[in-house]
This record gives sequence, C-alpha cells and structure tokens, in this order.
Amino acid sequence: MTETIAAPLRQTPLHDRHVASGARMVGFGGWSMPVQYTSIIAEHQAVRSAWGIFDVSHMGEFKVSGPEAREWLGCLVPANLEALSVGHAVYTMFTRPTGGVVDDLIVYRFADHLLLVVNAANRDKDWAWLQRHLPEAHGQVTLEDVSEDWALIAVQGPSAAASLERGDVSATGSFGITTFRLAGIDCPAGRTGYTGEDGFEVLVPADQAARVWDLLVAEGASPCGLGARDTLRLEAGLPLYGHEWDDDTTPIEAGFGWAVRNPGPYLGRDVHVRQKAEGPARRLRGLVLEDRAPAREGYEVVSPDGEVVGKVASGTFSPTLGHPVATAYLPAGFVPEQTVSIRVRERLVPARVVALPFYRRPAIQPTRRTP
Amino acid sequence: MIRFATSHEYARKEGDRFRVGITPFASEQLGDVVYVELPKVGRAYAAGEEFGVVESVKAVSSLYMPVAGTVVEVNDPVVQDPGLLNTDPMDRGWMVVIESADPSAYDALLTEDAYQTEIASH
Repeated sequence: MTETIAAPLRQTPLHDRHVASGARMVGFGGWSMPVQYTSIIAEHQAVRSAWGIFDVSHMGEFKVSGPEAREWLGCLVPANLEALSVGHAVYTMFTRPTGGVVDDLIVYRFADHLLLVVNAANRDKDWAWLQRHLPEAHGQVTLEDVSEDWALIAVQGPSAAASLERGDVSATGSFGITTFRLAGIDCPAGRTGYTGEDGFEVLVPADQAARVWDLLVAEGASPCGLGARDTLRLEAGLPLYGHEWDDDTTPIEAGFGWAVRNPGPYLGRDVHVRQKAEGPARRLRGLVLEDRAPAREGYEVVSPDGEVVGKVASGTFSPTLGHPVATAYLPAGFVPEQTVSIRVRERLVPARVVALPFYRRPAIQPTRRTP
Repeated sequence: MIRFATSHEYARKEGDRFRVGITPFASEQLGDVVYVELPKVGRAYAAGEEFGVVESVKAVSSLYMPVAGTVVEVNDPVVQDPGLLNTDPMDRGWMVVIESADPSAYDALLTEDAYQTEIASH
C-alpha cells in the first residue's frame, strides 16, 4: 500500500517545509513532492471554497531573450505570440510537425524576455526540443534554463486574489502579469492556474521561497498537495501531459482549437488547420460514471455494441460532484449525452459522455481587465 | 482477541466467527476512501485470497482474507459510506464477518504488539 521511493529524487526549495508539516511525499517526474498534507478531499475543498497554495517548483522555467525571441518561439507553438503584449501570458504547446504535443506550457511576456514554464517531467525533453530548433534563430535568440533560480507557488481559490492583494491586483486580468511584494520580496506572478479557480502562480527567488510560503500559511492559505491538484484540474477539464496530452494527440482533438491561432507558419500547422476544417477523427470527452466505482487510467471504454472504443486517460472521484469522473479520447461519433460503458474490473459500468469541463466556477467575481 | 495480517487487515475473533476489516494504519495510508467493493454473503475464501477492493481518491488497493472462511455478514453501511473506513476502521468500519471451518491461519497472524512493531518500520 505504500509507495517505495528507490531512485534519489530531486527536492524543491520548499522540501523541508513539506516534511516538517507531515506531508506525505511521493516521487513525481523525478521529484520528491507532497501528495497530501491532511486529506486530498479537504485540500480540494479548501481551494474551491477559500484558498490553497501548491508548491510547483518542480516545473521548469526557461528564459528566451534576444531581438527575435518571439519570432523564433512563434514557429514552435500554435499561439499567436505577435498578439501577446508585455505583461501578459498565454497557454500553449510545443507542437510537432505531425501536430502532436511535445509539452504544454505557459509563455509569460516580460519587458525584455519571455519566460516559459514547462512540466517537470518534460524539462529535459523540452530543453532538447528547444536546443534542436535554436539554430533556426541564427544567433538572434538566447535560451537559458533558469529553473534553479525560481520556486513557483500556485495560490488558488476564490479568496486568493484578495489575500495576495497588495495594491494593483484588481488591474490584473486573467493571464495578466503583476508583481507582488510578499515578505519583503518582489515576486512576479501571472493570473493563471491549474485548478479551475481564480488565482495566481507566483515566482519566488528560490532562496526566499520558504519565507513566502510561511507568510501565506500564516495568512490562512491551506497547503495543498499534488493529489488535490490532480482532482481540481480534472474537474476543471484541464489536460495533464502523459494523460490527455502526448506526442500523438493534437490540440484540436483535445478540444483546444481555441488555442490554435497562430497565423504564421509553425510546426504542425497543416495538421491543425486540416483538423479544424474537417473535424478531428477523435475527440477528448468527459465521462460521468453512474456508479461509485472510480474509472482509472487505462480502463476500457466500451460502446453500446460491445466494442472497445477508447481508454480512460484520467479518472478519479470528483470531490465537488460527489461521483467518479474520467476523460477519454473517443471516436468523433460519440457526442455528449450518449451512454457508453467503462470496464471496471469484471463489471461494465454505465457512463454518460459529457462536454468538458465537469466543473465551472461560479461567476461571482467582477471581470477585471487591463485597459 | 484480535490478530493482524501483514497486508493490514485485522481479524477479530468472535466465537467461531471472525470480523474482518482494515487497520487504522492502512486507512491512514490510503487517504480519503471513496469506494469499497465487498463480496456477497455465502462466498468462500482461502486464507490470503483477495476478497474485495478499497479505493481512495488516488489509488486502488486489494483486500486479502486473513483467515479462510465463508462470508456470513457484509457491512452495508461501509459500502454506502466508505468514509467510515477513515473515521472508524476498527469498529463501525468493519467489512465482513466470516465463519471458519479452518481457523488455523488465525494463530499465524500477528499479535497486536507484533503488528505495531511491523508498521513502526514503515
């Protein structure tokens, strides 16, 4: 029942804080990370109802600078970086010529550089991908791995913005960038997240991370582990690399056609344009189980005719909805409100096909946007 | 009279019957339990045979019968409210009662002291 940690795992700058608070540590993408502090469900609910903090310092940060930084990166992602103004961020993916996804990431545009935040498990893969394409910049772009310089703390929940507010938060719209002064330290932050709630992801100089973490805990934030991060992101329909994303899935198939808006040439564009026009052969769908048994990754999805039509990409018990939910790539003919089955051990459990997300936060906050 | 399996089930001796559940240590390791699958009354099991499944938010774990026997009672409340395995695993969170024709495996299980020593090494 216990997870055995064999290989030496890397530790974030907040590792001592997690251990001291009694968090259960597990290996994730080569890192020793807290999966829960108290209870996944309690941490999940803290983020849905108040605010929680997540140590996501295992994620990688790459700095891209130079006169042609945006032009060069714009050839590797389906986002329209020409339209990305200073002080804003955008969610996008590195895509392959086949249209598949190398990794998903957020690009932050600061005054004199871009900062890419990539998945922990894909840091080496992404770095190699960027290095491979760097010669195309003809020396006009500088690429630096600054992952060791930064801790990253996700501050999420309906109370997150008000709790962090030290002046100018109200001017920061969704995917806007601001700077918070926390424990006397200037911390760049984007109004982004991976929970389906409002909040920020805050960059903290690595050697100051513990001071900022302690401050946020003292102010009432609930420390949350990767367990709650996964249930929160899945309810919100947000894909996780290795589950909903991989080298063979395209943004169109995943329902991220809205994120494909680069008018210029980039890797995979032909495939994306064609899939957008013709419709993809398969689509990522939500599945709501009419049974208490959770569907887990890899379980078969079975059509009413008894044919296996897909496999569960992610599956968990949804704490907010109170029943199991799952995602799966299904042939395009399977549309919301149809019923399929999921093979749970020897049983076939009925499941309703739904559009993602499973959960959308109540629109209680007034929309605030930078002019 | 209670004994423990190294797979973290307990067997509480009640005459020639045994009440079976999982230990607080197992419950703590699992985290929030959201689903329990238990056998029907009448099913017979060998000692060590898988008799059910318990699922937390993150993981699926099998349940193993500590003593050979036939299921004579199933705790429906724990199926309806799997959280009982977190709040009260030793009492209201019991899983099944078995009747055993061969209770010999019971004597081979760990005593309370031996089990506490076993889990202290985790």
